[in-house]
Amino acid sequence: MEFTDTQIQRYSRHIILPEVGGKGQKKLLGSKVLIVGAGGLGCPVGYYLAAAGVGTIGIVDDDLVEVSNLQRQIAHSTGAIGMPKVESAKRTFEALNPDVKVNAMKGRLTKDNIMDVMKDYDIVVDGSDNFPTRYLVNDACVLMRKPLVSGAILRFEGQVTTLIPHEGHCYRCLFETPPPPGLVPSCQEAGVLGVLPGVIGALEATEALKLILGRGEPLKNTLLIYNALTTSFRKVKVPRNPDCPVCGQNPTITELADYDAGYCQL
Amino acid sequence: MRLKVNGELIECSAGTVAALLEELGVSAPAVAVEVNLAIVKKKDFGTFALKEDDQVEIVNFVGGG
Repeated sequence: MEFTDTQIQRYSRHIILPEVGGKGQKKLLGSKVLIVGAGGLGCPVGYYLAAAGVGTIGIVDDDLVEVSNLQRQIAHSTGAIGMPKVESAKRTFEALNPDVKVNAMKGRLTKDNIMDVMKDYDIVVDGSDNFPTRYLVNDACVLMRKPLVSGAILRFEGQVTTLIPHEGHCYRCLFETPPPPGLVPSCQEAGVLGVLPGVIGALEATEALKLILGRGEPLKNTLLIYNALTTSFRKVKVPRNPDCPVCGQNPTITELADYDAGYCQL
Repeated sequence: MRLKVNGELIECSAGTVAALLEELGVSAPAVAVEVNLAIVKKKDFGTFALKEDDQVEIVNFVGGG
């Protein structure tokens, strides 16, 4: 494909970077990224990927926009209250950049649909708000060998990591099994500083762009932890766990299961 | 005993991972723990012995989005 004059202008600050260039920008336009969740993290992730010209963005979420979302979920506006979040996000991202096609999927990922949803995408970015989905997405990515950028937030703490199945660690290498239901609160229960998902979502989007471009070093085997109160970043090295139940030497998880048992809907 | 916990040197009397978490007031089921770059299984928290100058990372479960 050749760039139009408008595209050359739109992406000029990318094209001028030797690490991106016209070739890299064409890679972005040809890439397909799936975002899990259209909430605090999914909004900035999608916003920046759309601005960057990622050609196809899938976004999946079951919720409707509520007024309490608007303190942080920047793709949704007051006028979108009551609308499915994925429709609101699609409208925002496509208005920002008409080069981007957004596939809006209203629903929840389950063991029965996740592989079909993920199969057409190059990279998955997790911004989900509950542990059952996090484990399901991790396990599906390991089984399908899809790169996964994982982000999470609560109160003033955020975490980001990039999982390259069978090359680096997976989510279960560090967090083998979900915490007991009710032990770790959700943002709804414990609060979150509105700008925190902006920081973490921007880092997730950066990781996704680097993977597409094949530039820099992804957060492989590394968990980055951000503390907004102290403005500090800590990198924790996470080795692959040979006993990991999904990506270890003798995996016990060889097919997907739903992990909802015992969890209330977050 | 001197340990490096989350990058900072601390003095503590705890001999095991479980005792260290208790001393620090950390809820064991809500964290993952790594000692000298190896992940400690939850079931081993009570028996995993810590020694001088071990590097311990305590990572919170964070699941919000």
